Amino acid sequence: MELYKLQTPLDEKTIRSLKAGDQVFLDGHVFGMRDKTHIEIFVNGNSPPVSLEGYPVLHTAPSLRKVDNKWEKMVIGTTTSMRMDRFVPKLIERYRVRAIIGKAGLSERSLEAMQRFGACYLAIVGGAAGLETLQIEEVEAVYWPHLHPEAIYQLRVSGLGPLVVAMDAHGSSLYETVRTRALDKLPEIYRRYHITIEHNLAPIDRLLSQMS
Amino acid sequence: MSEMKIQIDYGLIEEVAKDLYIRALQELPPDILKALQSACERESNPTARTILQTILRSIALSKEKKMLICQDTGLPIYLLSIGEKFILDGYRMKQALSEGARRATQSYPFRGSSLHPLTRENPQTSVGYGLPVIHWDFIPNGDYMEILMVPKGSGSENMSGIEMFTPADGVEALKKYVLDKVVRSGGNPCPPGIIGIGIGGSFDSVGYLAKRAVCRPLGTRNDDPQFAALEEELEEAINSSGLGPMGLGGDTTTLGVHIEWSYTHMSQNPIALNYQCWAARRARARIGIDGRVENGF
Ligand code: SF4
Repeated sequence: MELYKLQTPLDEKTIRSLKAGDQVFLDGHVFGMRDKTHIEIFVNGNSPPVSLEGYPVLHTAPSLRKVDNKWEKMVIGTTTSMRMDRFVPKLIERYRVRAIIGKAGLSERSLEAMQRFGACYLAIVGGAAGLETLQIEEVEAVYWPHLHPEAIYQLRVSGLGPLVVAMDAHGSSLYETVRTRALDKLPEIYRRYHITIEHNLAPIDRLLSQMS
Repeated sequence: MSEMKIQIDYGLIEEVAKDLYIRALQELPPDILKALQSACERESNPTARTILQTILRSIALSKEKKMLICQDTGLPIYLLSIGEKFILDGYRMKQALSEGARRATQSYPFRGSSLHPLTRENPQTSVGYGLPVIHWDFIPNGDYMEILMVPKGSGSENMSGIEMFTPADGVEALKKYVLDKVVRSGGNPCPPGIIGIGIGGSFDSVGYLAKRAVCRPLGTRNDDPQFAALEEELEEAINSSGLGPMGLGGDTTTLGVHIEWSYTHMSQNPIALNYQCWAARRARARIGIDGRVENGF
């Protein structure tokens, strides 16, 4: 496990040097986006009004306050990435986003796109919004403000992290490793706690589907 | 002689409901904090230890700077236990709680997370038709009332479920359901948190039992030794899976398994799992007949 302090924008070589399990702290800029933002880009077909090339995209809907035409942060936390999963391969391919910062990971398809185009998934500690808010120094710009709180937020960060490289550009996913190990362990755990798996042990509505 | 009964001050209830929502979002209960601290000390996986340390640092910062612990302000849930010595006007009680939740949202102000399920329109009030969720309970002879406020986050709520098993499958099916569900949820519910389990009852009540289970402070066990043993067993089993904090591997997948139960139908074997994240927020107030408010968790 290595520890890195990286400055954005990130280049492909840096991303490819990261391995699942490494830890990263980020300085520079990240772009906050979530559900509606992705729908605006990929379903409504509008290109983002700012270049995302080389930057990480953070899955967030920040609470902001507008003071004298300036956006001030109130609380900024990270949301579940899987809801944006279907758009991630295109986001990486078309806009050369180099990292996705989120919680709980993405699918195999996104992992493939990361491998192909050189991107990674950085897991933030979900729920630790107090710390995250303080590591975000400033909301420098809000693009597509009519979509707020699901606009595009240009955030200047200082030491954002720790972020765990949970999916790397070599096709390796820490989530997958941990989950597979846990699933493989289940039969032994069942045995230890006297769960006989020969039975169906299926809820009654699903048993009905086995009727002849 | 007729017994003295006390009118409820609904203005006070509204204030308390408002304060509880804000306090719950800013400060974690001491039992949760303690459990996270000891999990951090015990943890043998370096990534997991970093995650737990980060969680603890973030909690301390939120408290110090009066910031929200998590950006998800949740669905507002109020659990009431009302002493018999009070004269209750149920409708006004509902109004007061709803107003309190709305005022908390708009005065702080924080993000209202509640919206219309079809139009997805968000009034930014945290309340609306059917919200806040209110659960009622009554204390015989009680000369106080308790309001427990739980802002329930969605990452963990979304990993919850109910299943109706066959009586022949017995308790085995229930255990297997819990284990499978927790492992498959991965990092989505922000583990390590509380796994609340309802066993028995009807379709509607089993979900409520699971919710009550996540509201119980850590370190408590079910009064019934059979269910207490099952809690311990499931806790061990889940933690031996190695899923760990945020699903990235480690010794602590849950801080505690809590079970609440009730009798059920002879042809039913229902279970509900309500997942609570590490940000297991709750705030409690006890209001005496003299109008004195005591704050707790
Ligand atoms: S699951 Fe809990 S800790 Fe995680 S983001 Fe949601 S409310 Fe916050």
